Amino acid sequence: MSGVQQAQAPEMQQKIDEIIARYDHDPSHALAAMQDMQDEFRYVPREGLSALSRYFGRPIGQLYALTTFYKALSLVPKGRHIVKICAGTTCHIRGGQNIADGITRELGIRPGDTDADGLFSFEEVHCVGACALAPVVIVDDELYGHVTLEKLPGILGSYRDDDVCDGVPTGEVAS
Amino acid sequence: MTQTLRVCCGIGCVANGALELVDAFEKACESLDVEVRPEVKKTGCNGLCERGPMVSVLPDGPTYYQVKLRDVDAVVESLATGEPVERLLYPAADDFYRGQHKIALRNCGIIDPSSIREYEVRGGYAALEKALSMTPDEVISEVEKSGIRGRGGAGFPTGRKWRTCAEQADTTRYMLCNGDEGDPGAFMDESIMEGDPHSLIEGLVIGAYAIGAHQGYLYIRNEYGAARAQVDKAIVDARAKGYLGHDIMGSGFDFDCKIVRGGGAFVCGESTALISSIEGKVGEPRPKYVRSVEKGLYDKPTVLNNVETLATIPYIIVVGGDAFARIGTPRSTGTKVFSMVGKVEHTGLVEVPMGITLRELIFDIGGGIKDGRAFKAVQTGGPSGGCLPTSKLDAAVDYDTLKEHGTIMGSGGMIVMDDRSCMVDVARYYVNFLCEESCGQCTPCREGLRQMRAILTDICEGRGREGDIELLDQIGETVEDASLCALGKTAPNPVRSTIRYFRDEYEEHIHDHRCRAGVCHALTRFEIDPERCTGCGACEKGCPTHAISGERKEPHVIDADACIVCGSCRNACRFDAIRVAGGEAS
Repeated sequence: MSGVQQAQAPEMQQKIDEIIARYDHDPSHALAAMQDMQDEFRYVPREGLSALSRYFGRPIGQLYALTTFYKALSLVPKGRHIVKICAGTTCHIRGGQNIADGITRELGIRPGDTDADGLFSFEEVHCVGACALAPVVIVDDELYGHVTLEKLPGILGSYRDDDVCDGVPTGEVAS
Repeated sequence: MTQTLRVCCGIGCVANGALELVDAFEKACESLDVEVRPEVKKTGCNGLCERGPMVSVLPDGPTYYQVKLRDVDAVVESLATGEPVERLLYPAADDFYRGQHKIALRNCGIIDPSSIREYEVRGGYAALEKALSMTPDEVISEVEKSGIRGRGGAGFPTGRKWRTCAEQADTTRYMLCNGDEGDPGAFMDESIMEGDPHSLIEGLVIGAYAIGAHQGYLYIRNEYGAARAQVDKAIVDARAKGYLGHDIMGSGFDFDCKIVRGGGAFVCGESTALISSIEGKVGEPRPKYVRSVEKGLYDKPTVLNNVETLATIPYIIVVGGDAFARIGTPRSTGTKVFSMVGKVEHTGLVEVPMGITLRELIFDIGGGIKDGRAFKAVQTGGPSGGCLPTSKLDAAVDYDTLKEHGTIMGSGGMIVMDDRSCMVDVARYYVNFLCEESCGQCTPCREGLRQMRAILTDICEGRGREGDIELLDQIGETVEDASLCALGKTAPNPVRSTIRYFRDEYEEHIHDHRCRAGVCHALTRFEIDPERCTGCGACEKGCPTHAISGERKEPHVIDADACIVCGSCRNACRFDAIRVAGGEAS
């Protein structure tokens, strides 16, 4: 399990250093740097937290608190495709919960979880501003409107077929 | 004059294929054998999202709705003939736009947001020039005279906020913009940032000049990637043109600003939490014994204004505070943008003068309830607001009247509900949202909301008990009184307002184990009315558990054991044959 992590370690460390170098030593940039790491690795790795702690001179506990507070940050790697159900009010009253239940049935995971092979993460987001299209599902950057339970398998299935590894470690939970 | 095709690229239209349309139009126009080729431009949100993608022909052509790729050739051909493509017109759009008065949205859907030139042609940055020729004190007086109140929710007078900050002894001050639009169902700030970013920058610089700030931050929600990119480009362009940076427009005034990307936390819409987040800390609110205008960002005097407020400021400076104050009502001046969503015919973004009634807004502009169903309630103010019933439809939409009826103006989310919306479920939805978003530092909010959620879940799942309604109200009162910040203080509003106006629905859930709207799964059983069923099979086709069976052209039946009460059949049925057992809404 950790084999994958170790094999990637030098490369990861290099990327972490690159990200941190974008910012000066003002600790107010900690959140931004972590968001960059989230974008790069699909999570904030322990190595990243340590590097930030040294760079900004802030205790690692404080940085850890940021990762658990902000929804945009995660301590475990997210799946290769992020499936988001809009949990905004409009989507809710137009049956969004039924669609969310449908995604759980399809993928076998609940909101907040990543499936065992690291292909999908399932998340709830609060309103993406596409209320005219409610209920809305977003996969990666693609937005699907007026989603019905009937359309759902087709939408998710198209990402299953497109199962290409893009060079970032997936599915391995940092331990 | 060159003809222009303006394709709405608001989020709703993009999801319906607007970007592909832009490409197709560009190709079709390129291949035209004419001297002056029509131009194709992308604009921000036009408002009528329900009928997107929209394409307007300028200078004086028609606007087309629900344009598809296959319509592209017909539209381009019509440019030469001048004959509009009849099938793409939507006459009811006139009703939608007629009652509106666009100030904050004055350029949205008209200009290409990525072009600073188009903003200038529409009078952009003239307000900044005018403001810089006035003293900061005169600018503040003008804003005070306008009577504008914060559009983010609380409705605090903007002029007074600026005045207090400008009077502080400490001369290092900050000007902030709150673009962390958290109300799940409001997207006006997103639309302004995406559709007219320069109006926001211009308002920010004017504010900074008025209060004497030299550094500003725009805190933009993490989910709004496209909006962030537009604002980012606008900042770069404005800087290049000398509207930002050193010695702005030769006035000697220096100001620059930066974007801060939100971390995805609703509580960061609260001023002190937002400031903490900009400082790179956990976004927890602090007590406001000392206000942010005195000690805000890095303990310096700070003004925080909402996107819509700032986008309105240039207009106020140009027309003057008195002229602005004549729009709306005496205590709620000007216009307000609402995102009218839910079960309404014309879902979209509207800007109306304050004081308009809910009925005018929902039925005249909004086109009434979708599919001809019955109006049940309208929710304003997002998770901090409340639900109003039919009897309040003639209430005026202004800060004070809404408050009197138990809700708030909020940031302008307006969620319209019909007889298939369950009010107990809506209350649970908001409490659940706030439970997750509560930062957890003060007990009444953290624990009170958790208990309220547990009680509401029990009611929705058929475990409601005698006394639950009173208990909810009592906990709500405590949460309201004892919480530290506005999140907690307003959190019980959705529950208390639904108890106030829809108590019978709560009682029905508790005593009769029945959800008349057919939303709460444990309390709903769907059945097919054999009189109405035509046996078309639409319900059977859409049922995810294959619980519906029947011969073609014969009434179908639902197998109650296999049914998961998802309601797909009810949505699919065009004959209103799927009913909640025991009768639907009364």
